[in-house]
Amino acid sequence: MLTLTHYLIVSAALFAMGIAGILIRRNILMILLAIELMFNAANLAFIAYARAWADLGGQIAVFFVITVAAAEVTVGLAIAILLSRQLNTLNADEVSRLKG
Amino acid sequence: MPDIHLSPFISCLSWTLLLAPLIAASAIWLFGIHRRRLAANLALTGMVTSFGCALWVFDQALRQHSHAFAWESSVEWLSVPGFTVSFGVLLDPLSLLMTLIVTGVGSLIFLYSTAYMKADAAFSRYFGVLSLFAFSMLTIVLSPNWIQLFIGWELVGFCSYLLIGHWYAKPSAAEAGKKAFMVNRVADCGFLLGILALWGISGSAASERTLHFHSLQARLPDLIASGAIPSSLLTLVGLLLFCGPIGKSAQFPLHVWLPDAMEGPTPVSALIHAATMVAAGVYLLCRSFWLFAMSPVTLSTIAWVGGLSAILSALLAVVEQDLKRILAYSTLSQLGYMVMAVGLGSPIAGMYHLSTHAFFKALLFLAAGSVIHGTHQQDIRKLGALRRSMPWTSGSFAIGSLALCGIPGLSGFFSKDAILVLAHERNAILYWLAVSTAGLTAFYIGRAWFVAFTGTSHGTHAHESPPIMTGPLSILAVLSIVGGYLGIPHFLGHPNETIHWQVVFTSISAAGIGLALSWLIYGRHWLSAQKLVLALAVPYSFLQRRYGIDEFYNAYVTHIQQRFIAGFCAWFERACIIRIGVNGIAWTTYYASWLIRLWQTGKVQTYALTFLIGVLGLIFHLIRQ
Repeated sequence: MLTLTHYLIVSAALFAMGIAGILIRRNILMILLAIELMFNAANLAFIAYARAWADLGGQIAVFFVITVAAAEVTVGLAIAILLSRQLNTLNADEVSRLKG
Repeated sequence: MPDIHLSPFISCLSWTLLLAPLIAASAIWLFGIHRRRLAANLALTGMVTSFGCALWVFDQALRQHSHAFAWESSVEWLSVPGFTVSFGVLLDPLSLLMTLIVTGVGSLIFLYSTAYMKADAAFSRYFGVLSLFAFSMLTIVLSPNWIQLFIGWELVGFCSYLLIGHWYAKPSAAEAGKKAFMVNRVADCGFLLGILALWGISGSAASERTLHFHSLQARLPDLIASGAIPSSLLTLVGLLLFCGPIGKSAQFPLHVWLPDAMEGPTPVSALIHAATMVAAGVYLLCRSFWLFAMSPVTLSTIAWVGGLSAILSALLAVVEQDLKRILAYSTLSQLGYMVMAVGLGSPIAGMYHLSTHAFFKALLFLAAGSVIHGTHQQDIRKLGALRRSMPWTSGSFAIGSLALCGIPGLSGFFSKDAILVLAHERNAILYWLAVSTAGLTAFYIGRAWFVAFTGTSHGTHAHESPPIMTGPLSILAVLSIVGGYLGIPHFLGHPNETIHWQVVFTSISAAGIGLALSWLIYGRHWLSAQKLVLALAVPYSFLQRRYGIDEFYNAYVTHIQQRFIAGFCAWFERACIIRIGVNGIAWTTYYASWLIRLWQTGKVQTYALTFLIGVLGLIFHLIRQ
């Protein structure tokens, strides 16, 4: 029997993988993918709770997240394209213009 | 202690008296700096107004039954808890006499200056500073407390600096001004310490302490009698305070600035470096005579410094060739007399000689100025036979010289005699020093007279000065003659004294011998001056080097002060203050910021990691609760 806990463990694992991806990977595209992974971890947690507590609010939140994620990906990909055009790189280490 | 009572009318008069020259000076600086005529008129008006008020107050004072009046009017100037400084006027016989001299002689010299400085480019600046000087001098004279006195003291020093360096484009004048300023700072350092020490001993708690002349005089004797102040401390305070007069009145060993101060315009030499400012030291000694008198050591130091200054500078005047410098040394010597008189216990004799000296020395200087104006020459060897070409000037110079020698009947005789009688009673060595000084005085002034005013002309085209210059000369000549009959000691509260025939005879013989010798050597050429110089080569060259005091100061400054003291200060500044202090703080900040900057990589991932750690920490914290 799959309980809420099982879903949450998977969700947390996905989230951790996302964070690890963000912190470890150097390619901007991979970082964007890792962010998507974290979104989906959150979505999984929402859906699991919606099912467990029989509350549709969770599913509505997921639709929002998917919409926002789509918007985010457009922005993220636009940044990636601009970076490759301007700096001719997709390596995050070489982009340190935020340095004070 | 005399009662303090001041009618509103006299109060008003005395404030006008003090402030008129200041208003004149401000007006000159604001509106008159490019208007020569206006500047001169403003300065003269200020000074004459002051003199008029002084005469009026004097008239009021003479109507008093007692001569021990003391009127005071002051306003609170600045006040911090436990310490109040007031600014005001104190009128008693001493300050009134000095005020009359300053404003009276000052008015004459202002008038004389309008002609003497006619061709000067900085005519307005000259009168502006001269008016400021008059105000500063009156601030000293009328001061009811030590703080105001010190402020005036520094202000006159500053004006003196400006006026000595009036022709600042001339390097020697600029140097002389600087020298006067520096030497006076050395003396004023001791003076200021003395004032602070006096404040310290004037009471046990801060609220009781005072620097007011009358309060001090009322309080200190009790404190001393009760044993609260040890006598050694009192001696120390007296000696420190005496540093002020040593500098300002140019006593040995800080006399070196006064001969150099002759670089200034001659009316300035007459007013500041002969008649008034340099006399401020003597005035100060008389003002607080009771304080100095409480310590015998202080008093005898004052007497000896005065006596030695008198004879040592008279000797220097004998070998000097510059007319103004001869008079400068003569001033030093006469100031020595006054200081000695105070040291021997009679401030009245000192003030008496100060008054008559102000007349005849101002006269001598203005006559010398007239000579310089007429011939553009001040080396006595290049002058000669002025008696014929400049009769008024020569006549005035002769009267001034005779008064300076102490020829009976003239003012100098009475005042010098008062000092000699005093010395005769108190101290035999000082008495004979003073008598020798009297002889030397007659000799050097006789020398100046016979070389410059008689004999043969050396081709200088002399012409008599305009009446606006000879007028003040004549008035001062009259004052130099009658100064002894004005009853100055009586006004200061001294009973008429009987004539001491033995002293009179000695002093007249000394002056006579001096004059006769100078006549034989320089008038008749009975003894050749050149041969005398050759015969006395060693002492002569020693005197020409001015006892080597200037050289000693130079050597001290360059070899000890510059090398060791200034060298150490420079090292300390570079190594400690700049390297460790200033640059050290800069380097610390720089490296600290470098360390913190490592945090800021500019990589979003680092920030994300930091953020993650923060969130985890927050979650952990929340779970633990």
